[in-house]
Amino acid sequence: MKISVQSEDFDLGAEVKAISGNDRIGAVASFVGLVRDVAMTLEHYPGMTENAIKKIVEEAMSQWQVMECTVIHRYGDLQPNDQIVLVAVASSHRADAFAACQFIMDYLKTQAPFWKKEHRPEGARWVDARDSDDEAAERWRSLKQPRLLKP
Amino acid sequence: MKVKVLFFARLREELGTSVEVIDLPDSASTVNGLRSLLMRRGGAWQRLLAEGKNLKIAVNQDLASAAAPLNPGDEVAFFPPVTGG
Repeated sequence: MKISVQSEDFDLGAEVKAISGNDRIGAVASFVGLVRDVAMTLEHYPGMTENAIKKIVEEAMSQWQVMECTVIHRYGDLQPNDQIVLVAVASSHRADAFAACQFIMDYLKTQAPFWKKEHRPEGARWVDARDSDDEAAERWRSLKQPRLLKP
Repeated sequence: MKVKVLFFARLREELGTSVEVIDLPDSASTVNGLRSLLMRRGGAWQRLLAEGKNLKIAVNQDLASAAAPLNPGDEVAFFPPVTGG
């Protein structure tokens, strides 16, 4: 598991390659979030942010077959089209990789302490949390199934 | 007892501080006790620390409720709902 909260940009190809070395891995699902429309500054809570992401990844690993996982989230000043967040999950099969990747992203949006401040022409404003993000995270509560233990 | 109090994002900006050490009386050793003490400063303190969906609380870097007990040296953070990703 690699978790990094950093100001620097990241390279999707390099990160995917880094978690693909094991020959039991048959699927890597990845997600990259980009800055839309306006420049922004991202604030975080050093320490708690990393721990919150780690807990989310551990939760995903308890629900799905996850062999490797990398989460990178940037902070500081970002411009439109900049990369903000990367989630990459390696598994034996695609269903687990897809599901764990989406779960981690949905939970990260509502649980990890980051705050966006947009710099609009009319002035800077803190972005409000959206109910739709809470609903996206909540949806997983009913979808998660107990996994069968394998011998 | 002393606790370290952190403020983030809109709270940090509007309160004009990011970190403070507060000496709490023994009778106020919960997040709510700390909140009431700070809210007595009035103005933005009273408005921003009012309980509701716009105020999130963490104790020692774990999300906590306003009723959570506090111990000497604890780190308490107040912040708005998160908007990362």
